[in-house]
Amino acid sequence: MVDLSIDIKGLQFKNPVLTASGTFGYGEEFEDFFDIGLLGGIIVKGTTLQPREGNSYPRMVETASGMLNAVGLQNKGVEYFISNIYPRISKYKTNIIVNISGSSIDDYIKAAEKINELENIPAIELNISCPNIKHGGMVFGTNCNSAFEVTKAVRDVYKKCMIVKLSPNVTDITEIAKSVESAGADAVSLINTILAMSINAETRKPVLSTITGGLSGPAIKPVALRMVWQTYKSIKIPIIGIGGIMNATDAIEFILAGATAIQIGTANFIDPITSIKVIEGINSYLIKHNIKTIKELIGGLIL
Amino acid sequence: MKIIQDFKVLSNIKISKDYFVLDLLSDKKLPKIQPGQFVQVLIENSKNTFLRRPFSIHDVNYEQNTISLLIKKIGEGTTSLSLIQKGDKLNIIYPLGNNFKVLNNKKVLLIGGGCGIAPLLYLAKKLYLNNNHITTLIGGKCKYDIIETDEFFKISDIKITTEDGFIGEKGFVTEHSVFTNNLDFDFIYSCGPEMMLKSVAKIAKLKNIDCEISLENTMACGFGACLCCVTETKDGNKCVCTDGPVFNINKLKW
Repeated sequence: MVDLSIDIKGLQFKNPVLTASGTFGYGEEFEDFFDIGLLGGIIVKGTTLQPREGNSYPRMVETASGMLNAVGLQNKGVEYFISNIYPRISKYKTNIIVNISGSSIDDYIKAAEKINELENIPAIELNISCPNIKHGGMVFGTNCNSAFEVTKAVRDVYKKCMIVKLSPNVTDITEIAKSVESAGADAVSLINTILAMSINAETRKPVLSTITGGLSGPAIKPVALRMVWQTYKSIKIPIIGIGGIMNATDAIEFILAGATAIQIGTANFIDPITSIKVIEGINSYLIKHNIKTIKELIGGLIL
Repeated sequence: MKIIQDFKVLSNIKISKDYFVLDLLSDKKLPKIQPGQFVQVLIENSKNTFLRRPFSIHDVNYEQNTISLLIKKIGEGTTSLSLIQKGDKLNIIYPLGNNFKVLNNKKVLLIGGGCGIAPLLYLAKKLYLNNNHITTLIGGKCKYDIIETDEFFKISDIKITTEDGFIGEKGFVTEHSVFTNNLDFDFIYSCGPEMMLKSVAKIAKLKNIDCEISLENTMACGFGACLCCVTETKDGNKCVCTDGPVFNINKLKW
């Protein structure tokens, strides 16, 4: 029997496998495929203070070993989440974490205050890295001062576990990580999508309505792995690794690079059962390598 | 209830230039499948095909636990699928999406453009069982796009158009004489290229005939998680995969 459990600022996770925001809906979309309660946690779709219609179509294009999206945080707003979605999903026997995004610091504060009231939401993921909205989002996450400011402002009103999701679209992600750590973040999750674009050579037009979008999938895994490793050496708070994880081996690579937990994102679209396979695969890996607890593996990279 | 499972390929039959039909066997009892629903197929051995591909369910046989997919070879993914052989396995998520409304004892018109005929065969069979009088209008660029007329002939009146006029009437489907004559249908069902569907919707509105269309869209997941495949409706952006693929034209911003 191996121990897959981890904790982040006292919050217990039965295993280190979470599902990434924007790739797992509210969990309900996956209920037919497996018991959501088997997961370490789910990060629900990015939620904003006001409802958002998202961007125009086309919002998605397949690329080599990945995809670009420009959904633009389509959601019905935090009030709708609280009154309609939360009552349905709070039954899940796993950590339900709400991803919060906004156009101003005030938006983040107000949304976080509302989520703070929900008993069965033990954590938030502060999204300061969405590349697909015109105002806010990634703007906060690509500058140390603004990353500090928004994190500090939410920290003052949100008392439970606060994860800050970082953007890879920066010169040095470790500087941003240090800023949010000093502002009181309990953990960081990285990476969000990489700003990218796709062009149709025949029509000479950009494929996405927004011209640029966010790249995800296995194409970004090596970049994400590098950033997790660099960040691990720079901060003390836990890291949640994200970026093109398709199987247990990918997940273990992130943990070796320093991630305490990982998130499955784009893979959910292709094989909705990926996260369960990753949990089983990590379990088998620990048994095979005679490791008693996943915690021993964190940052276990041999140089 | 969505299911993810392997199907065994029973046959892969080329029925026209670039068109092929896959008959797929399930090793368990099929769930209830409604006309208009679709599958998401994992295409292995196609190095640039990362996401699954959505295809309408063309036909269902509950006795033999088989489903059929009618596919047109367009890009690398569908080309790879066209080469699949009897005995191969295909991983599929199904049944996905909403469905066409199956009426009783009505006079209905089915309009399929090119590969848009795919979801209309299973629909026609269901409509036939419900004592509807069915007219099927099949349109395409050329004769190669006019497929499976025998299947439709058994249960419906068939009308054909091709843009080059090689078979049937010359022109677009919406230019067919069925529209210039007294158009006394109770309902129109249609699937095909968006331009064609917009023309169909225009005529249906003009003649005050209720109409459902099945939309196509690029999808990442196919089951409402990614919010990529939206279309604009009067109630805001809706996912083609879960709120559709079938929409009543009155719901769309056309």
